[in-house]
Amino acid sequence: MIARREEGAAREGVSRVLNSLLEARTGQTLSENRSWRTDTALRPVLRAHGFASIDALIARLLTTRDAALEDDVVNALLNNESSFFRDLQIFDMLYRDILPALHERKRDRVLRIWSAGCSTGQEAYSLAMQIRKDADRWKGWRIEILATDISTAAIQQARSGVFCQMDVQRGLAIGDLLKWFEPSGDDWKASDELRHMIDFRADNLFAPHAPHGLFDLVLCRNVLLYFSADRRRKVFDLLSRHTHDHGVLLLGAGETVIGQSDDFMAHPAFRGAYGRRLPIMLEGSAGTRRTG
Amino acid sequence: MKNCLVVDDSKVIRKVARHILESLDLSVSEAVDGQDALTQCEAGAPDVVLLDWNMPVMSGMEFLEALATAKLEARPKIIFCTTENGIGHIKAAVEAGADEYMMKPFDRETLESKLAIVGVI
Repeated sequence: MIARREEGAAREGVSRVLNSLLEARTGQTLSENRSWRTDTALRPVLRAHGFASIDALIARLLTTRDAALEDDVVNALLNNESSFFRDLQIFDMLYRDILPALHERKRDRVLRIWSAGCSTGQEAYSLAMQIRKDADRWKGWRIEILATDISTAAIQQARSGVFCQMDVQRGLAIGDLLKWFEPSGDDWKASDELRHMIDFRADNLFAPHAPHGLFDLVLCRNVLLYFSADRRRKVFDLLSRHTHDHGVLLLGAGETVIGQSDDFMAHPAFRGAYGRRLPIMLEGSAGTRRTG
Repeated sequence: MKNCLVVDDSKVIRKVARHILESLDLSVSEAVDGQDALTQCEAGAPDVVLLDWNMPVMSGMEFLEALATAKLEARPKIIFCTTENGIGHIKAAVEAGADEYMMKPFDRETLESKLAIVGVI
């Protein structure tokens, strides 16, 4: 009984150290449903750094400032699960309704999209494929897709455009695989045409450097669920500062702005999407200015 | 309830696929080779066929060819499900009329996404 109690206390101590590191670096917390997989997630880090156990790893984290080790631990703890065309109905709506509406609305022929919390890039590549699918519609347009994530490892993979067999099977139609990817050993690599459409950057939603200016479409899906209510508000503030008056915000299934942001409201035209409640206040302007 | 015909000479694969498909509210029938599948399709076409490539009696590709000339009420969606993972095989299957292609091993999420892509769920 005593041994079990001691084991429980030790596990709690490990969780506390990891949680504190994760929160300080990313703003995310190690929710209960993620803490069970800590051992599995950290196994490659133990191997790479030559630790015999998680306790040895924790001891090093507590006694030495080792930025490379901290990076690896944080990258391992982050949930980088993603898939192509995740929540197909959302992508159907994007293709059928939202992108054509933005095409209609934007007189400057510039389309700016931000995939915030892009993980290993499948969302951004899915968007790029949808736009390329309608190449005639977007001819003569400047398309900018910014994709950011806190995980440097995820961004590195996203930028490489290389995905394993399991990744390309999830959500990606076989026609798109043949059209936009080529075999690369046992993996598949996205075409240069797709990769060059996307600007992948490692960035922190709480200390952002990457997003500049306003975006017509912002996707921040399955990201907010890892943040506390206070931090979610901060993220919504940031998203709000970078969303055009006519812009569209898409969250993950089960995520909402209700009770968490006064800047966004349910989009009047696109079910499940959000739009700005009030025109954006631009710095230096006496009033509001409509853009785009 | 939509029906999926699982065509595979491996009992294990049929069992795993059945388990996933039933959890997705699809009714499931099974065939052990292409000929068995063709007979079942002619008796009443399923909504979707999960089709192995290499099977005795009649292979997946031979089944596809036979299906093209078979008299059916409606043409089922075809999802190849095979260990043949080379791009040559994938292209050949698509050219022969496969709607989707799933490489083994597969999991629930992969099968679910393929069924969504062909519009069965």
